[in-house]
Parts: sequence; C-alpha cells; structure tokens
Amino acid sequence: MADFKLPKPKFFVTNKKGENAELLADLNSEYRERRKDAVKRVIANMTVGKDVSSLFPQVVKNMQTEDLEMKKLVYLYLMNYAKSNPDLVILAVNTFVKDTDHVNPLIRALAIRTMGCIRVDKILDHLCEPLRKCLGDDNPYVRKTAALCVAKLWDLDPERAIENGFVTSLQELVSDTNPMVVANAVTALAEMQESSETKDVFVVNVSVMNKMLNALNECTEWGQIAILTSLAEYKPLDSKEAETICERVMPRLAHANGSVVLSAVRIILIMMRYIRSDEFNKQLVKKMSPPLVTLLASAPEVQYVALRNINLILQKRPDILQNDIRVFFCKYNDPPYVKLEKLEIMIKLCNDRNIDQLLSELKEYASEVDVDFVRRSVRAIGRCAIMIDDASERCVNVLLDLINTKVNYVVQEAISVIKDIFRKYPKRYEAIIPTLCQNLDSLDEPEARGSLIWIIGEYAERIDNADELIENFMETFLEENAQVQLQLLTATVKLFLKKPSQSQEIVHRVLQTATQDIDNPDTRDRAYVYWRLLSTDPQAAKAVVLSEKPPISVETRTISPGLMDELITNISTLASVYHKPPSAFLGNKAYSPDAIQKAAAADAQDEELHAVDGAESPAAAKEAAVKNAMADLLDLDFGSEPTSATSGGSFAPVMSPITSSAPALPPTSTGSSTGPNYSSDLFDFSSDTSSSIFGSTGASSGAGSSSNNFNSNNSNNSFGSLGGFGGSSGGMMASNNDPFAGLGGSAPAQQPPAQKPAGQQSGAMNDLLDLF
Amino acid sequence: MISALFIYNQKGEVLISRLYRQDLKRSIADIFRVQVISNTEVRSPIITLGSTSFFHVRHENLYIVALTKWNANAALIFEICYRVINVGRSYFGKFDEEAVKSNFVLIYELLDEVLDFGYPQNSDTDTLKMYITTEGVKSERAIKEDSSKITIQATGAISWRRSDVKYRKNEAFIDVIESVNLLLSTQGNVLRSDVAGQIMMRAYLSGTPECKFGLNDKVLLEKDAVNRNRRTSNAVEIDDCQFHQCVKLGKFDSDRTISFIPPDGEFELMRYRTSENINLPFRVHPVVTEIGKSKVEYRIVVKANFSSKLYANNVVLNIPTPLNAASVNCSVNAGKAKYVPAENAMVWKIPRFQGQSEYMLTAEATLTTMTHKKAWSRPPISMDFQVLMFTSSGLLVRFLKVFEKSNYQSVKWVRYMTKAGNYQVRF
Repeated sequence: MADFKLPKPKFFVTNKKGENAELLADLNSEYRERRKDAVKRVIANMTVGKDVSSLFPQVVKNMQTEDLEMKKLVYLYLMNYAKSNPDLVILAVNTFVKDTDHVNPLIRALAIRTMGCIRVDKILDHLCEPLRKCLGDDNPYVRKTAALCVAKLWDLDPERAIENGFVTSLQELVSDTNPMVVANAVTALAEMQESSETKDVFVVNVSVMNKMLNALNECTEWGQIAILTSLAEYKPLDSKEAETICERVMPRLAHANGSVVLSAVRIILIMMRYIRSDEFNKQLVKKMSPPLVTLLASAPEVQYVALRNINLILQKRPDILQNDIRVFFCKYNDPPYVKLEKLEIMIKLCNDRNIDQLLSELKEYASEVDVDFVRRSVRAIGRCAIMIDDASERCVNVLLDLINTKVNYVVQEAISVIKDIFRKYPKRYEAIIPTLCQNLDSLDEPEARGSLIWIIGEYAERIDNADELIENFMETFLEENAQVQLQLLTATVKLFLKKPSQSQEIVHRVLQTATQDIDNPDTRDRAYVYWRLLSTDPQAAKAVVLSEKPPISVETRTISPGLMDELITNISTLASVYHKPPSAFLGNKAYSPDAIQKAAAADAQDEELHAVDGAESPAAAKEAAVKNAMADLLDLDFGSEPTSATSGGSFAPVMSPITSSAPALPPTSTGSSTGPNYSSDLFDFSSDTSSSIFGSTGASSGAGSSSNNFNSNNSNNSFGSLGGFGGSSGGMMASNNDPFAGLGGSAPAQQPPAQKPAGQQSGAMNDLLDLF
Repeated sequence: MISALFIYNQKGEVLISRLYRQDLKRSIADIFRVQVISNTEVRSPIITLGSTSFFHVRHENLYIVALTKWNANAALIFEICYRVINVGRSYFGKFDEEAVKSNFVLIYELLDEVLDFGYPQNSDTDTLKMYITTEGVKSERAIKEDSSKITIQATGAISWRRSDVKYRKNEAFIDVIESVNLLLSTQGNVLRSDVAGQIMMRAYLSGTPECKFGLNDKVLLEKDAVNRNRRTSNAVEIDDCQFHQCVKLGKFDSDRTISFIPPDGEFELMRYRTSENINLPFRVHPVVTEIGKSKVEYRIVVKANFSSKLYANNVVLNIPTPLNAASVNCSVNAGKAKYVPAENAMVWKIPRFQGQSEYMLTAEATLTTMTHKKAWSRPPISMDFQVLMFTSSGLLVRFLKVFEKSNYQSVKWVRYMTKAGNYQVRF
C-alpha cells in the first residue's frame, strides 16, 4: 500500500526491507508496550493484505496477558492465520481453555467466541468441554455468545454437535429468561436447520412460536429481526391463530429500524395467506401502508430495498398505498437508483384519478439531466397512455410537447413510445404524424429510426409523401442496423401494397438490395419471403402483411403467482430486491450459476479444478494462483471455466439490477448468448418471429413459466422493466403480439426454444401470417 | 447474515477487513475495488458478482462494504452499515479515513462486538462505550464498572439503562424538531408537503423512572373527547410514528399511550410523520424569464408565513443559474446574495427573518453563447432555515409525567424548532 502520512502511530507505514524481522524482534521484546505496538503493526499488515503468518509463534506467545486489548488483537490474528498453521494452534489451546474459566464474563465470552472461529480440528477437540460449560453459564452474555458458537461448530462438524448434545442444549436455550439468549439460540438453530439433512433441528411448533413471541417485545432490534425471521417458518393451524400472530407482530411496524419494519411486514403478509376474514386482511393492508411510506425517509440504500419490496407488495396487493402516489415523487437529489424505482412504483399506482398529477410530474423529470432517467420518464408516459385509455390523449400531448423541446434523446425516446401508442390505439392519433416526420433528421438511434419507419409503413396511405420518406431512408439502407433494415423492408412492402402505383420501383430496389447486398440472414431471408409472396399472389400478400394486428397491452404484473409467493416469503432479503428466487443467485444450489459452472468445469477440466480446489492447502496455493489467478479472486465462483472467467466481460455482474446485462447464461443454454441478432436465425427467419413462433415468450403468457429458474433468468422482460437500468431496452414492449417485437427488446432471442412453454398457438400463427 | 465487512478509502485501498464467515477469502476485497470503486457506471448499492453479493454505503471518504453469500436480509445489512458509521462517529467524532487509520485497533474491537458469526449483536453506542474504551476515547460514562454488570446490561431487557443513576436535580429536556419537506410546482401548487418530526429527550433522572408522554395526537384526543364529551381542537393527525426501543410498543398499539423507561442522557424518543394541515413557514414566488439566448432575469419573493413574534434564523436560498452563466448581478433588500459559479447558483443568506415579513431578490444573469443547444434543466430552488418555537405540523407536547419509587420532583422543559428538510420550489 502506498505510504500514508500519519503524524501519530505509524501502523500503516511503508514496508521497509526486513520488516518482518524487525517485528519479530519487537514481539520478543521484554517491554510490554513494545510488544503491543508490534502486534498492532502485525494486524495493520494483515489488513493491508500482507502475509504475516510467519510470525505465528511469536504472536501467540503474547496471548497470555491480562491486557484485554492485547488479547483481542492476538485473537484476531489467530482467527486469520490458524488455518495456515494448524500444527501451531495447539500452542494457543491452553490459554483459550483457561480463559473460558476466567472470572470476567467478557473474557469468557471472548474466548469461546474466538475458539469457535478457529476452524482447525485440533481446536475442535478442545472446544466441546468449554462450550458445554459456557452454554450453562450464569451470565447471559456468555450464554448468548455460546449459543452462536454451537452454530460455528455445526458448520464444521454437525456430527460432533449432535453427539455432544449441543443441539439439545440450544433447543433448551429457546426458553431462556434472557431475550437476547433466546434470539441468538433461534438464530443459530435456524441456520443449522437450513443445512441439516434431517430437518429436525429446529421445528417451529406452537410452544416455540409462543416463546418467540414472548421474547419479541424485550429483544434488541437485531434479536427482533432474528425472531421474526424464524417466525416465518411457522404454519398456523387456523385463521384465528394467524390473526393473533399478526396482532402480536403489528406493534413492530412502529420500530425505528427499517429492517425490523420490513421483517414485520413479511410475517404479516405470510400470515395473511391463512387468514380467511377479508375484513381483517383489509385492516392489515391499511395498517401496513403508513410504515412503508415512512421507510422512504430512511437512508437511500434502505429506501432502495424498501422500494423494491413495495414494488413487489404492490403486485401482490394492488389495493395498498392507493392514495399515496405523491410520496413517490422524485426529489431532485435522490440517487438515480432510487429515482428509477420510484418511477416504476408511480406507474403501478397510476389510475384515472391521479394521472394528471403524474403526467405533469413525468414531464418535469423529462427535463432533468440524467439521460437514463429522462428516457425512463418518457417511456413511463407511454406506459400510462397504454394503461389508461381516457388519458391517452393527454399523454400524447405531453409527448408532443417533449418532442418540441428538440432535445435529441428525448425526441428519439418519445418517437419510440408514440409508436407503441399507435399500436394500442390504431388510427386514433394520425394527426400527429407530420410532427413526427419533421424530426426525421435528428433520429440516429436504431430503435427510434425503426419506430418512425414502422409508423410510415403502417400509415402509408395517409402520408402523402410516404414514398419520398422511404426513399430518403433507402439512401443509407446498407449502413443501417439490422433492426432498421427489417423495418424498412416491411414498411416498403406495406407501402407497395397500399400505393402500388408510386412505389413499384422502390420495392423492387429494396428487395434486390436486401437479397443481393446484405449478409444478414434475417434481412435477406425476409426479403426473399416477401419477394416470392408478392410475385405469386399479391392478394395473399395483402391479406398477410396488412392484416389486423392485435393491440398491445402493458403488463404491470410481471411475476408469476408461484414466484410471487416465494418472493413474499423472502421480503426484505436479497431475493426481494432482485425479484428472483434465491436459487437464481446463490451458490451451492442445484441451478445456481456456480453449481452449473462448476459442474461444467468438473467435466471439462477435471485437473484444473483440482488445482483450484487444492488452493485450500498452502502447498497448492501458489500453483493455483499462478494458473488461475482470476478464478481464485472470484473465489471459485466461475471456477476454471475459461470462457466465462477470462473472455470479455469476465466478471459480468450476474444479477446486478444496474446493468441489466443479460445474466451470464449457464453453459447448458449455449449458443444463445453469442449475440441477440444472430442466435435465433437458426430457428427461423428472424429474431422476432422465432420468439413468437416458439410460444410467445414468457411475458405475453403472463410470465407463466418464470417459476422455472432458467426462464426467469433469461426472460429479460421481467428484469428489464423492473430492475433494469439498461435504458432503452425497457420492458414495455414485453407483451406484444406482432413481429415488431424484435424492435422493443431483442431479449427473447436469447431464449432457447426448448425452454419455451407451449401455448398461445393461435397468437403465434397470427404473427407468422402477419410477417409475410 | 454478513460474511465479511470491509472498509475502503476512496482509492479502493482496504483499511479494515473483517471476515466473519469462512465462505470467502480476503482476496474478494479486490473484486469490489475493480468492479465498483473503479467503475463509475455502477450505480446500485447492491451488486452480485458470482454468488457473492456486495452491499455498499458511502460515508465521507469511505466505502463501508458488507458481503454475503446468502440470501441475506438486505435492509438489515444496510441498517448495520449505517450503525457502524454511527458508532464510529460517536467514538471518533468524525468517521473518515483519518479516523479509521488512527483507530483501527479499536474498530476491530467494535466490529467484533457488533457482529458475531455475521449476525448483529449489539450496536448501541452507550452500551458499547461501557466496555470498549481506549485512552483516546474517554466517554464521561466510561467508568470502570463491574464487568458482570456490563454484560447484564448488554443483554438485558432494559439494555439501555444502568440501574444506579443518581442526580441531585432531576430534569428532563424535550426538543421537538421538525423538518418540513416541500415541493412546489412551477405553477405554485403544492405537489408534496410533509413533516418529518423528531422528539429528542435529554433525561437526567435518578433511579428507574417510568415516563408517560402525551402529544396533541388526534386519534388519542378524539378518543378522550368521546369519553369526556369534550370538543377537540388543534389536534394533529400523525400518519405514522416510530419509537426508541425503550418505548413499550404494545402499549402504544393498544391505547396510544407513550410510556417508557428512558436511557440516561440524550436519545431520540420518537420520530413521526404528518402530511395533513401543514403550515408552511415560507412561501417563495419565483419569476424567472429567459430573454433570448443571452439573458435570464430573476425576481424572487420570499414571504414568512408564521407569527410576527417569531424569527427564523439562518435562512439560505439556493437559486440555480444556467450552466453557461457568464456573470450574475443580483440585488436584495435584506441579507446578502452572491453568485457562486462553482455551484451554478446564487446563494442568498438572510440571518434573521421576522415572521410575516417579505423580501425580494432581483437578478440578471448574462449567458455565454453555446455551440450546442441544450435546454437548461432548471433545477429547483432549495431553501434552508430554522424557526424556533414553531411547529409546521402544529404538534404540541401536552405532558410528560415521571413516576419513580422515591417520588421525587422533576423539572421538565420543552423546546420546539422547525427546520427545512427538502424545501424545494420549481420554477
């Protein structure tokens, strides 16, 4: 680490040559102060990441001292380096055991706490006796520390914990008189239960539940969370009992700690499943609203968690927070992640009573500086228009105002959005087409260009100079993005079918260019299809290309009921923030990225995996470090799978809601992640058709399949619209039924067909027909 | 639960690394530096890389980062991060790189106490100060106490109070502090207004006093009124409130009485939120006109809405100017105003503002011409102030009763203050 200029104690000072030797001398010094300073410097080095394990014996020698601070430092050192010096740890055991008998309860607790953290077999042999003593200690502070120590032991050696009767003692501690001991015992048992094979370590029955509820009132805030978390495991016998639990938990909603409030909300929502009385449930929902709003006054990070959860709860209980849309209005200085979440929630709360308010607010946001946020706001206006029929005209007016600001990205976004409004309300707002066409020159993003071209094609009969406009685009046909090329192709055919006299020459030219000069198989194949269709039977072509299209709708509820239940059970946790089942992002579960990566790695590169695995032992560490430094950094997460660990975007945030980059796909779905445009032409003519032919994707069928891990991982729409910060790949296009889908988000292309649910056959056919 | 906790400086150097679980290695610290600190595009406070999730909070020039490999309670983790900051602030005055570097030993001790095996244990500063001390930190109450007493307090039901407190004069001070949040639209309509209140108490009371505390809470008063057939006036409707852990929540839930055994010394008794009938202390009427492309004219009038017997202190208005402003001339009829180019704003300070009075700022900003035309986003005018003996919500303390075994007399004091929270006016 670079040199720091510190006036006072220079613990973080630069490493001079032979610093370890100097430390060694100091550690052996006869002066206490000097030794203490040396230990502090050792800890400082350890923090910075330097290897000071060679000083082990000398540091441990300083353990036997009455100086509590010194003792803690040595313990800290021990926890870090015991594993690298397993043989020498035995030196420390004596002092540990002695300390667990010390008159001072703080030292007894400290000793037992530290011993549990030293994961060396030799220590375990000596741990059991003192642990038993501490579990029965008079002092609650020692008991609560010992309770957690049982979980530490379990983590290493469950057999031993059972044999020594620690599990039983822990179960007894649930009835302890001290609430904090109860809380820690519950915490430890819950963790052990999760990893136990027999699942009988901690069964929350009526008597346990009552004990926990009794301790709840007196616990510290953290203890309350622990108890509330375990309470979720309880299955009430009847509606009455669930009501009682809710009543006991309700006061927690007034707690100052936001995580206590969310944990209480979680229990109440879980219990509501068992409650039959609608009246009571309504009451509960009413009582939960104010505390949820209050969470918006907490720190921005806590707010973010709260907002993600509110988003979730709103989908489950749409009646909550109905009159509170104003509290979600963004403050100018809210961090971006909070603003985007608030935006999502506002859209969910939008109805015909508050739409005017919301629109003026969204218009305000559209003039802010943050480009991403501005785009989302513009998109939100479109979603409102599609959701609320009566308000669509006002929305369109606002969008027109925005287009008149001439701010480039606002104009582009607004045009993409207006295209969706056209698709929802065909033929209603044709009058604005000229205004849109005026902005033709400023459009440089494929999506906006594609949108305008689609509009031109769709309304070709009403645009006098449609052929000129298309002609205009034709000049740059070859340079365009594939998305735009496809649109231009379709639009030209539409134009031809509507006004055959003016455009015969253009359509001929387009088809010729597309079939001869373009390499992209999507474009080329579609051009061939059109060509043949037109040359065989123009009437059939008309029926197909100009057919009536089903209107689109906005899906605000993107989570399937099954997943929703799982997420409600996980309120306030990471899963609720990501809106994903925990198995999707956790290690050591069957379908997690780790597990799959590891399995693949195990198959392919058995040897290398061994090397990395072996990194646990110091001998193999170096070899592994050299061989696979990257993988080691990631803590074996992406194992030694070279494709994901070293190729571009190696550490792509798998789940991060910021980038919303497609989650790193597990190898089982290979081939689909190479690129959204190319992947699916293997299956069909173009990316968009392929996705609709194979069952209209998760979104339009109500995301019915997302309880399946892979599907929820891949179907970008639930993620894109809810969690994604990815700007233009918004999810409002999610549930459309015509080939234009490809424009909105190319995400569906990533779905391997095998995982698509069948169904929506008719819709798929419709799309297929429409295409030609 | 939390697998590890790291503290980084702004450069991404690790200042504190404490692993609580063995499911990850210290080298994971580098991942965060590479992926978050040196990546300016990351904007979310939660990031999952591989199967490790990183939660981070920024404070001063530090990153406080908690890691987990579990489906952990996200709200809890952030609360803990903030609690660590609070503990640090209370121990060192300021919790920044300097403080962390010169007190790292103490911080390790504290982290050891705050979390065990990744589960939060005790984050109450007062309790921690009883048994974690160094020469550097001398709390007035850090007396060498019998350790068994300390441990009982650290785990007990009333973990926040020692049993043997004695004062010659028993006093309690109550401060009602309200932050009023406002968002005015361009047309002058109230888009949002609410009050976040805080009741701070300083209790210097002997023994184990039971306190009862009463406000002009509408729900409570209406219930009383029905019972006693009296009419209520001036009652405040509280949307939601939260209490210090000493308040018996069950009792509040059943009959809305606030009763508690206070900690010794200063603490936050409750927080509340109201959004009905808010008296806005200031109205701002901005008229801002863009004249052509080279000039912007401001005419901003501020009026104090509270009684003329009261005064507001430290009134500051922050009035944004266009990014391409070359010079700004402003004149005011009270206080001082000047243009601060670094903030792209005019700052108008009025040290003392009498109730019912009205002041005005006129200004003219000259703009430089810009090559690309980009509309000025017009950030809102924001305002800061403090008004003593005034509550925006109309909240009043009706009583504070103290019951103790020895039946001593106690003296109670109440102060009120309203300050600006997010007080913003669009123009």
